[in-house]
Amino acid sequence: MIKYLDEFRDPVVAKRILEAIKNTVTQPWVIMEICGGQTHSIIRNGIDQLLPKDIELVHGPGCPVCVTPIEVIDRALTLASKPNVIFTSFGDMLRVPGSDNDLLMIKSTGADVRSVYSPLESLNIARKNPSKEVIFLAVGFETTAPGNAMAIHQASKEGITNFSELVSHVLVPPAMESLLSSPANRVQAYLAAGHVCAVMGWQEYEPIAEKYRVPIVPTGFEPVDVLEGILMAVEMLERKDYTVKNQYLRTVMRQGNITAQKIIQDVFEVTNQTWRGIGNIASSGLKIRDKYHHYDAAKKFSVEDIHSQESELCMSGVILQGVKKPNQCPAFGNECIPMHPLGATMVSNEGACAAYFKYQRLK
Amino acid sequence: MKNNMNDFSCPVPILEHDTIQLAHGAGGQLSSKLIETMFLPRFGNKILNDLEDQAVVSLNTGKLAISTDSFVVDPIFFPGGNIGELAVNGTVNDVAMSGAKPLYLSVGFILEEGLPMEILHRILLSMEVAAKKAGVIIITGDTKVVNHGSCDQLFINTTGIGQVPDNVHISASSLKPGDKIILSGTVADHGMAVMTSREGLSFQSRVNSDTAALNHMISKMIEISPHIHALRDPTRGGVATTLNEFAKSSNIGIRIVEESIPILPDTRAACEVLGIDPLNVANEGKLIAAVPGEIASDMLKAIKCCEYGNNAEIIGEVIDDHSGIVTMKTALGALRIIDMPLGEQLPRIC
Amino acid sequence: MCLAMPGKVINIFDENGLKMANIDYSGTINKACIEYVPEITVGEYTIIHAGFAISVINEDEAMKSFEAWQELEKRIND
Repeated sequence: MIKYLDEFRDPVVAKRILEAIKNTVTQPWVIMEICGGQTHSIIRNGIDQLLPKDIELVHGPGCPVCVTPIEVIDRALTLASKPNVIFTSFGDMLRVPGSDNDLLMIKSTGADVRSVYSPLESLNIARKNPSKEVIFLAVGFETTAPGNAMAIHQASKEGITNFSELVSHVLVPPAMESLLSSPANRVQAYLAAGHVCAVMGWQEYEPIAEKYRVPIVPTGFEPVDVLEGILMAVEMLERKDYTVKNQYLRTVMRQGNITAQKIIQDVFEVTNQTWRGIGNIASSGLKIRDKYHHYDAAKKFSVEDIHSQESELCMSGVILQGVKKPNQCPAFGNECIPMHPLGATMVSNEGACAAYFKYQRLK
Repeated sequence: MKNNMNDFSCPVPILEHDTIQLAHGAGGQLSSKLIETMFLPRFGNKILNDLEDQAVVSLNTGKLAISTDSFVVDPIFFPGGNIGELAVNGTVNDVAMSGAKPLYLSVGFILEEGLPMEILHRILLSMEVAAKKAGVIIITGDTKVVNHGSCDQLFINTTGIGQVPDNVHISASSLKPGDKIILSGTVADHGMAVMTSREGLSFQSRVNSDTAALNHMISKMIEISPHIHALRDPTRGGVATTLNEFAKSSNIGIRIVEESIPILPDTRAACEVLGIDPLNVANEGKLIAAVPGEIASDMLKAIKCCEYGNNAEIIGEVIDDHSGIVTMKTALGALRIIDMPLGEQLPRIC
Repeated sequence: MCLAMPGKVINIFDENGLKMANIDYSGTINKACIEYVPEITVGEYTIIHAGFAISVINEDEAMKSFEAWQELEKRIND
């Protein structure tokens, strides 16, 4: 029994919550989760199969792998191909295709590309290889920002000069607002990413809930968490309660983790950011502050001018908003399949198109 | 008997060199010395001792099963085993999965210059034990030595030969709707043992490899009934890969039940921490059998009485629906597709 | 990458000037940085993400969840 994991996978409790959802819902509702981990849990446990038909789950742009712009990958590939560079990254970024290639492919041609579990591991590689340049691909939501910030903070403290990060960080609240303010928006309630909220708290969501009249529920990842989050969202929708209520009680507090927020503030500042499939969203990303510019790989190695084009065929933007379904895209299943994806929603197996592609075989 | 790295009951033979030299693979005096002192005492038998360039054996006419495999696992010692016993058990199993009684093995070694004799000795000791346990004889072999840096300490190739009983016709294309799928024990132990032992000193785990020879279990199974449809050991790519291979070869659907899949708590925790699906992880001492429904419970009982089968379970069945696709009923009652893993999740695990 | 796992702190130590801990995930042990949960003590549970502890698991709040499920059972059966 894994404590604080298995209790939240209990099928008996899960079925109970499903029953409660069925008893509560009186009309159709559209709910979105913006978290790759939650999307994964929903697909893996078949939660969308088990919910009453009145509840439509839309998988939002919550997977950092999916929303990383193609040009970040291209920049990563350029950096990793340089001699004398050890390029480090979380494992799941290694297979993401850029315009022509992916990191695993260039590794097979001799580039020193290594998968790490933590940016501190990457920093350690820099300590052990003083004559090499070690670069870490710092991609993610607010959850990974504290760790990525700490690595730069530490490097600066220790005077390590052969370490830098290629940063592509995204922030959830601006993306949520961007989706909500679109005239095509159909989403009526949100499950907020549990671990993003563990770091940032949920204060930022309160004005959003009020302004757009949407219930927002910070939710965990295990099937019982996700179902409970959905139940809370449905209850709030049914009684027109447009506020924030926390499902993930054991981990999330309203103010979040202040220590982590402080270090994010110290190392990063807010910037405009491109989200693959959606486009540019103002103030929705993080970049390294000037005082730490030595640790900014894009500046250090002059790859800021690499710009890439997304596929013109890809309509992942409208799919991410729940406006269209994957099988309504002409490229779906033809030019665009998991083995050669054209865009964000097919790239990772948590993406809406990849999941649809896999499960349509059951019909 | 699992390899015990501290087993000094059989001391390292004394040679002029305490590490492997290039000359040991050159075919001359040093080679002969190596074979006489290190290999023959471990594998010695009438056929091998003749030291001909080939082994000549008489076999009954009928069906022969032959299988070859190369072992490049990194690291060569891992919790619960080493590359040597893996090489013996792995090939014994591949031959036995046809229903054959494995009889003879050949062993080819590629040794890295500088390999300590003590390491080689330990590996050979465990191969001796594994071969005896499986009841197979090593009848011919070969040794080459390569420059330092050209291989990771040692690589082993084994080829096995066995005799298939006339009334046994086992094949991945023979599954039929109504068949039950039996898994002989807990999943993911080998792959996770190797994976966690690579993670470094800060990562500790209690997972041990399950490497084991399954030929005696298979003999018992055939005694229950020769009408086993399919048999395979889910090595690289795990249970997911083997079931998909069955589904595609036989053009049927397979439905398994998540709650019935046996897994040790420590293995499960290691999979959770590393974010790995246990169905995609290699096993080296387990088999998957597809048997007609009416003999399934007797077959399960027989497997459970075997040395490596105590945790055996019926994990699913063959269905008419969704030909070529493997599905799993989750604990919550939903249906999930189980695909083959895309690529090399855990490189060099066998 | 979204992988986060609850584990128990079994010991705390310093490494390169950072506060670290060995975390026990039901038998598998790995180290993590606890700079973001400096108040955590041995025996407490935490959520580890990419090698960093980001939150201390609040046992009392977890109990509230378990109680809520029991309430739910009563509601359904009524």
